[in-house]
Amino acid sequence: MAMRPLLLLPEMLLLVGGLVALLGGSFLPRARQWVARAVAAAALVAAAVTAAFGMVGSGQTAFDGTFAVDTATGVARIVAALGTLIVLALASDEIAGSPRESETYALLLLATTGVLILAGAADLLVLAVGFLLASVPLYGLIGIDRTPRGAEAVMKTYLLGALFGILLLLGVTILYGVAGTTAYGELTSGLEAAPVGAVAVGVVGVLAGLMFKAGGVPGHFWVPDAAQGAGGAVAAYLTTVPKIGAVVAAYRLMATLPGTVSWPLLIAVLAVASMTLGNLAAYWQTDPRRLLGWSTVSQVGYLLVPVAVAGRSDLALPALLLYLTGYTVTNLAAFAVTTAFPDRRDLDSYRGMGRARPWLGASLVVALLGLVGTPPTVVFVGKLTTTAAVWDGGHAWLAVVVFVNTVASLFYYLRWIAPVYGRRESAEPPTRGVTPAAWSARTAVLTAALSLALGIGAGGLWATFSV
Amino acid sequence: VNVLSLIVFLPLAAALALVALPRLGDATARVAWVAVAAVDLALVVVVWLRYESPGSGSLAFEEQAEWIPGVNSSYHVGVDGLSLPLIAMTAVIFLACAVYALRETDRPRVQAALFLFLQSVSMGLFVAADLILFFLFFDLSIVGMYFVIAGWGHNDAGRSALKFFLYTFLGSLALLVGFIGLYIAAEPHTFDMVDLADQTPLAGSSMGGGLVLAAILVGLAVKTPTVPFHTWLPPAHTDAPAIGSAVLAGVLLKMGTYGFVRIAMPMLPEAWRAWAWVIVVVGIVSIVYGALVALAQTDFKRMVAYTSVNHMGYIVLAVGAAGIVADGTAQARAVAVTGAVTQMVSHGLITGALFLLAGVLRERAGTYDMASYGGLAGPAPRFAALFAIGAFASLGLPGLSGFIAEFQIFTGSIAAAPVTAVALVGILLTAALFLRALQQIFTGETRGRSVGFGDLRRAEVWAIGPLLALSLLIGVLPRPLLDVIEPAAEVAVELVGR
Repeated sequence: MAMRPLLLLPEMLLLVGGLVALLGGSFLPRARQWVARAVAAAALVAAAVTAAFGMVGSGQTAFDGTFAVDTATGVARIVAALGTLIVLALASDEIAGSPRESETYALLLLATTGVLILAGAADLLVLAVGFLLASVPLYGLIGIDRTPRGAEAVMKTYLLGALFGILLLLGVTILYGVAGTTAYGELTSGLEAAPVGAVAVGVVGVLAGLMFKAGGVPGHFWVPDAAQGAGGAVAAYLTTVPKIGAVVAAYRLMATLPGTVSWPLLIAVLAVASMTLGNLAAYWQTDPRRLLGWSTVSQVGYLLVPVAVAGRSDLALPALLLYLTGYTVTNLAAFAVTTAFPDRRDLDSYRGMGRARPWLGASLVVALLGLVGTPPTVVFVGKLTTTAAVWDGGHAWLAVVVFVNTVASLFYYLRWIAPVYGRRESAEPPTRGVTPAAWSARTAVLTAALSLALGIGAGGLWATFSV
Repeated sequence: VNVLSLIVFLPLAAALALVALPRLGDATARVAWVAVAAVDLALVVVVWLRYESPGSGSLAFEEQAEWIPGVNSSYHVGVDGLSLPLIAMTAVIFLACAVYALRETDRPRVQAALFLFLQSVSMGLFVAADLILFFLFFDLSIVGMYFVIAGWGHNDAGRSALKFFLYTFLGSLALLVGFIGLYIAAEPHTFDMVDLADQTPLAGSSMGGGLVLAAILVGLAVKTPTVPFHTWLPPAHTDAPAIGSAVLAGVLLKMGTYGFVRIAMPMLPEAWRAWAWVIVVVGIVSIVYGALVALAQTDFKRMVAYTSVNHMGYIVLAVGAAGIVADGTAQARAVAVTGAVTQMVSHGLITGALFLLAGVLRERAGTYDMASYGGLAGPAPRFAALFAIGAFASLGLPGLSGFIAEFQIFTGSIAAAPVTAVALVGILLTAALFLRALQQIFTGETRGRSVGFGDLRRAEVWAIGPLLALSLLIGVLPRPLLDVIEPAAEVAVELVGR
């Protein structure tokens, strides 16, 4: 066992990038804050590139086996870094020249660092550190606009985060107490002989913390409020990137648990609850961002499906990574459309948008139908493979539940699509929000195209993910 | 480049070009649409002329390329006697729609792009030899048709489109559940249709096979549609634009029935035989119920929509009867399957024509209500003539394609299961309702909306006429078509008898 700190180069790059953005931003005049954005973007690109190089070769561990650098970590690093890069593009329209611009970039990078640590954590204590590092910057980000809604959202998020953080630490403590170790490598054998009740309580505690991070039931209450109350770029970030770390962490933890506790059932229940509740709550939302917020709760449910068969189907891990990649791209595309029209906070205000802005309209359709899981978008391939994995792992019923929920979700996505191509009722042109924000509009088209391209090229992705 | 891939992707490429070049004028877009549809049809004719029956377990003009090798799904296309006639019918219908839309004024460039996209999707579905590829096109056909109805429909189009989308999407996901079931049961796991038909996974597991077949049947039954899953169809047709209805009825409904013969029968023969009687009963109920409800309609387009339920019922009856295996009935069951495929082609041509004629009614006089017309034969003789041919074809008059199809369906089905003769009452009812419609709209004194009704224009004659001419051609000279279908039907019956 060795330290091998260089294996954590992407995380270090992000951390340093965040600090440089923070400090440098303090010395930059308001009009030249874009330099901080450039630094952040450079750090993210560098992290993604080093992560890609890190994927060459077989899995390794760093810091005495407490941090795993394998395919899952590599994919999570690349997807999280590039996802944050996309968020930076959305932020270019929204917060350029705003009072707390460089602070936002610094917090985004620090939170991403936390997400990556969550994704690679192979030790319960590292997991706890990752959780805190990923959570604390988010509180600042949600409230950074200082709007009333933002204040409410940050309060809710903070209180829930504190509660679920305590649950996570409690769970870690119990598991450590009964297993005598926190390292995943020894946890399996350590927990095998431990009393089942204690193990179950510990696992539930840790999972609850991760569900807060992922935004799934039971830790989902903050998601719709934060999605609605925070700025557009921040909303896009916190409904997308933290999930990457949390779900991969859940997968790793579940794969190490012994068969004495029926954790697959627990995960399946959480998955079903997330997807069903998220879908039902999204039904009658009128604010597109709040609707997307609930939709991301349901997406966590789909993301948990392959976790339920962790280690029981060869398809599970690549399917999970594929779904995560697809979800990140597609969800960001949908949010990019909302940041392109920051003033349109009502589904009906999108009426006629598809005719006035055909490319953006098409991007929104691709993104929303993508979230439903329509081929050939990459989320479809993700959904197909995750359900195949869970069926392969012996839970065919969960696959059926996924598809029932998919039908249910179609309705509210269509509630948004319908006005986009609907006829304008009044002849007068709308007075505001006519011209979309340039960066967001380009990002929306790009991410929507990426969602299609990755779906068509899913074979290559799969080959990379199943190494 | 494989000619089938060219047939599939040529319209899509043209659609992208139309979208990407907004400076193309409306006139150019209309003509470009007709030209691309004509080229696609020409390619299909080339395939037809060079086609030779590939025999059991293989496909002609086959092409296979890696797509998602990790889950054994590939871009695999090919044709046989079941798919080739449908590809040809699809190309004809889309060309007819392009010609009909030459006078379109509502965003013709976007409409042309959307229909070209739908054409690619439909062609792709009929040549697909991989379940995921099939599903991809199946789903995209729903998306495309949603935008056709919502964007160019009338009355309550938004609502009808939503109902159509939700309902058929539900069906498509049921289908996907079934596909995943087949994939998991196959050893090694695969989505390849040829492999799956060869393997017949789930053979020997009546429970698993039954459930997977149920999922697939529900999915296909929604799309077809059969009773009791047909309720999305009448509003969708009533509010869709004329060419949208023609494509929906002519092409999209066939995706359901095609799935029966392409997927359900060869891949799950044991379950199919076990459930054959249920399928037969659903077919008979669809036939009789569709005809009875059609008889009660006063709206012409709604009436044609319900006759589609009736006509699809014949196909379901035939494929169901093909699963009632008994010694010495193999030939009869092959006749039934041949009739079913012929009916798919025939119904596409005839109903496509009837919906385009209904579009003329609305365009000229603003209503489909049959009672608003009377004596229309006077001012619009060409319209009356084509309408009469369409009506007679649809009710199964000898000499037209409907007769060839339904005659074979009943010959085969009654030989396999005599009780299916009760469905003959459906033919009587459709005859009655079409004759009544003819009488109501065309005979008597010219009155109501018929006054000042402009006769068919040249583009309309050239769109509708060829469809009916082909129906007549098949009715008089069925051999070229049947020669293609029969070997494939025999293979299908052989596969389901395993």
